[in-house]
Amino acid sequence: MWQTLYDELKDKGFMVVAVAEESRGAEHARPWIDQARAGSTSSYWQLVDTEHRLEDLYNLVNVPQAVWIDERGRIVRPPETAGSTDHFRRMDLSTRTMSPSDQAARLAARQAYLDAVREWVNTGRHAMPPDVARAGLPKVTPEIAEARARFRLGVWLRAHGRAAEGDLQMAEASRLHPDSWSMWRQAADLDEVGKASGPEFWERVQALGNRPYYPPPKL
Amino acid sequence: MIVILTPTDQHDVATRDGLWMSAADAEKVTGWTLKPEGMCRAELCVPLPETAVKGTDVDVAAFWRKLGGPAIASEAGDVWALGAPADERNHALEGLMAPDFTLPDVDGVPRSLSQLRGTKVFLATWASW
Repeated sequence: MWQTLYDELKDKGFMVVAVAEESRGAEHARPWIDQARAGSTSSYWQLVDTEHRLEDLYNLVNVPQAVWIDERGRIVRPPETAGSTDHFRRMDLSTRTMSPSDQAARLAARQAYLDAVREWVNTGRHAMPPDVARAGLPKVTPEIAEARARFRLGVWLRAHGRAAEGDLQMAEASRLHPDSWSMWRQAADLDEVGKASGPEFWERVQALGNRPYYPPPKL
Repeated sequence: MIVILTPTDQHDVATRDGLWMSAADAEKVTGWTLKPEGMCRAELCVPLPETAVKGTDVDVAAFWRKLGGPAIASEAGDVWALGAPADERNHALEGLMAPDFTLPDVDGVPRSLSQLRGTKVFLATWASW
């Protein structure tokens, strides 16, 4: 998804760091990475985060989320949805297709986000002043901190053949931090590939009601 | 020996009665040093309750909870996770310096965000699930 952006901007002091939140490990992520790289002569960083450390450090809750970091290492846009939209929630589940207008709106939103990244690199636009960036940071609560520790423990137990114990920790993590789709979906995926987008996922999405799955970035 | 998971490391440590361990191991695991004033890191000391120190041994679970961090044990008590305190994470983010990290790339080469100082970085997550 980011290769075109990288190819276009790499000579302008720009780097993409793509992080796979993937507790099944590098080999599970590799096919997608190979596909993203195909046909390109150089690639951006493709990192694998089996323990979801980045989500702990930056208080992330879903994929794709992005953080913009300037040349001095400062956050100029806090975590936000990176180009995805909620149009998928209206798709026809039997055919897995969206209406033509929803498909168009979805593509337009993605394009607007990519254009914003381009403008940032070329002109500095869309970088937030510090007080605005700070105000946009999601707060870590003690419940979230505990959920992260339980998730980490759950991944470790799972990786050491203790699936039932690991699942208990991950279920408690999701109970403590219900807004984290990453924790819930990763746990479902570890249980069984495909479960993260199965009927239970759609029930959880339905239960959001009017709340967004992918809050739109404030561009 | 039990396994202790911290946000970025894993330690195998000899403990008893939960997370009681030698001050040397406590320092290795937490980065905090036992001193008469309490557990100390750089200039900062956190006083420990009397019940959390015996001679040169420290109850790291009690210390960690005093710091405000979660200390979670597996049912069997053989694996623990010490999570970052919420305040520590919030403080780091509010400073707006992007927290550094080191993760392997898909071929196993370790990469650190701090290597990219001087360029704009678009840091984005994805997943197969």
